Amino acid sequence: MSSFSVTEPSKRSKWFAGTLVITYALITMIPLAWIMLTGFKSPADAISYPPKVLFEPTLEGYVNLFTTRTRQTDEFLTANPPETWYEEIVRQYDMVIAGPSKFGERFLNSVIIGFGSTFLSIFLGTLAAYAFSRFKIPLADDLLFFILSTRMMPPIAVAIPIFLMYRQLGLSDTHLGMILLYTAVNISLAVWLLKGFIDEIPREYEEAALIDGYTRFQAFYKVVLPQAATGIASTAIFCLIFAWNEYAFAVLLTSGTAQTAPPFIPTIIGVGGLDWPAVAAGATIFLLPVMIFTVALRKHLLRGITFGAVRK
Amino acid sequence: MAEVILRGVSKSFGATAAVTDVDMTIPDGAFVVLLGPTGAGKTTTLRLISGLEKLDAGEISIGGRAVKDETPAQRDVAMVFQQYSLYPHLTVRENLEFPLKSPILKTPKEEIARKVGEVADVLQISHKLENKATALSGGEMQRVSIGRALVRDPQVYLMDEPLSSLDAKLRTDLRIELKRIQASLGATILYVTHDQIEAMTMATHVGVLNAGRLVQYGTPREIYENPNSVYVASRLGLPRINILPGDLFGPAPKGAHQIGLRPEHVTQGEGREATVGRIERLGDHTRLHLSLEGHDIITLADPHAEYTPGTHVKIAPREPLCFDASGDRIY
Repeated sequence: MSSFSVTEPSKRSKWFAGTLVITYALITMIPLAWIMLTGFKSPADAISYPPKVLFEPTLEGYVNLFTTRTRQTDEFLTANPPETWYEEIVRQYDMVIAGPSKFGERFLNSVIIGFGSTFLSIFLGTLAAYAFSRFKIPLADDLLFFILSTRMMPPIAVAIPIFLMYRQLGLSDTHLGMILLYTAVNISLAVWLLKGFIDEIPREYEEAALIDGYTRFQAFYKVVLPQAATGIASTAIFCLIFAWNEYAFAVLLTSGTAQTAPPFIPTIIGVGGLDWPAVAAGATIFLLPVMIFTVALRKHLLRGITFGAVRK
Repeated sequence: MAEVILRGVSKSFGATAAVTDVDMTIPDGAFVVLLGPTGAGKTTTLRLISGLEKLDAGEISIGGRAVKDETPAQRDVAMVFQQYSLYPHLTVRENLEFPLKSPILKTPKEEIARKVGEVADVLQISHKLENKATALSGGEMQRVSIGRALVRDPQVYLMDEPLSSLDAKLRTDLRIELKRIQASLGATILYVTHDQIEAMTMATHVGVLNAGRLVQYGTPREIYENPNSVYVASRLGLPRINILPGDLFGPAPKGAHQIGLRPEHVTQGEGREATVGRIERLGDHTRLHLSLEGHDIITLADPHAEYTPGTHVKIAPREPLCFDASGDRIY
């Protein structure tokens, strides 16, 4: 009877579905794998044609990513033998390491701005979503539509006014400026997603908490928030991915102190042009935080996506 | 525990009047049951007293204190909701501790443990204390939510059909248990139900609501024996009271448009002949469904009485309740 079972798919269809999913996953992962492999290639291997799948791995790209180097005379090089493994890599090009590159700083900027704006979006978004979900707000539907309408054009369409505004306000190339900008873009998504999640939480829980001796805010904090954790986690991932990957505004508004990694990585110059292994190494490291964040919250993310279906 | 007084309490939602001009005194230590069909305003009355809904008009006082402008927490009431009331992210123990840990009560640890243990024993949920609230059966959830009210010592307990989702045996047990707790604590309870056995067995007072108005308020006996309208008479009694034309058994009593006959007020062996329809043998007694001039009449008979459908039996009214054309009681 198993082939007629409604709930359990047959072995063959399971096998077929599995193959399909794995094939799709492999195809989508090819560019990712390409970038990761390129990070371990030498500059010559990186641009060879046809592309090399088998090559001798080197950490050159990573060393170049984190350092700045200068060319030195032969006398200097013989007088100062290399002391570390990374010095040695650089010496093959008659160069010495002059100091750390800006990558560390730029990466830290990305972390501050990405997580800062995610936190702020979630914080403001949760409060706003709760208010829209629970209180009678005059013109609530219009306000919600208005909030959503900020996403009806690509954010970059308002780049020029924002550029001028930021210059006037002194927010150009500051962490605060970028955090506010990404929060402004993300907040509509956050409010709408979170309102949906909070709408699903029955009011009876808060009412019970109010009667059990808690204030409205304590009820929100102790009863609503834990139950909205799933929705908050999945919303946070979406917000972080946007802020982390954003390129256009970052190019336009940051150049120094607050520059994030995306505009910085493509500008890593090596000997005679772009240093592709270093760029690939930068991209690989840049992927890690979002990957870790997503994996850490993936249980919530999955439950978040199926939330409505499971609860009813 | 405290006395609760409602004066001219009204509440409407948009154009719908949920509760209209209700006056009611719930004496200290009373067990008051509110009866009425769905939409009669029972739950709204509870929510108004608890502070979950704001009054449109009128006054509510708890223990002599006007509570109109107080939050639910300040009113110090405990409430058992009909559904959805357990915190799903907490265990059973944490659910029971929740009100005791509130910033208003701030109960010491040992006392929390003691009270939770006691209540869990009474409600037979001790073995489930460490379970997640969502991992319980419907009946267990309902018991935990009753427990969450009982761990406290509030001014008044408000209960919205707390036993409705329990099975028959548990409902009987808890009915007795609730009554015992109420008597031993001297607790004031306002209790909403559809179940007339709960009303008759537990209540010291019964209030009958009709379309948001309190139509009669008194002891269960008064309500049963001396209802002031057809509506109230029909709310209590199982099988329901027989409402018949006033002149069905000869000339109508003076002014009576309708008469109400409780099943036990139909005398057999004299009067008019009715046809036996269905016979329900319930063991300790038998219910007879009779038909007289197209009117259904239900009465009681001896458990071993020999009746067959289609035969005839003579019946006469005894102490009928008389109602006028609008359904109000005359005498």
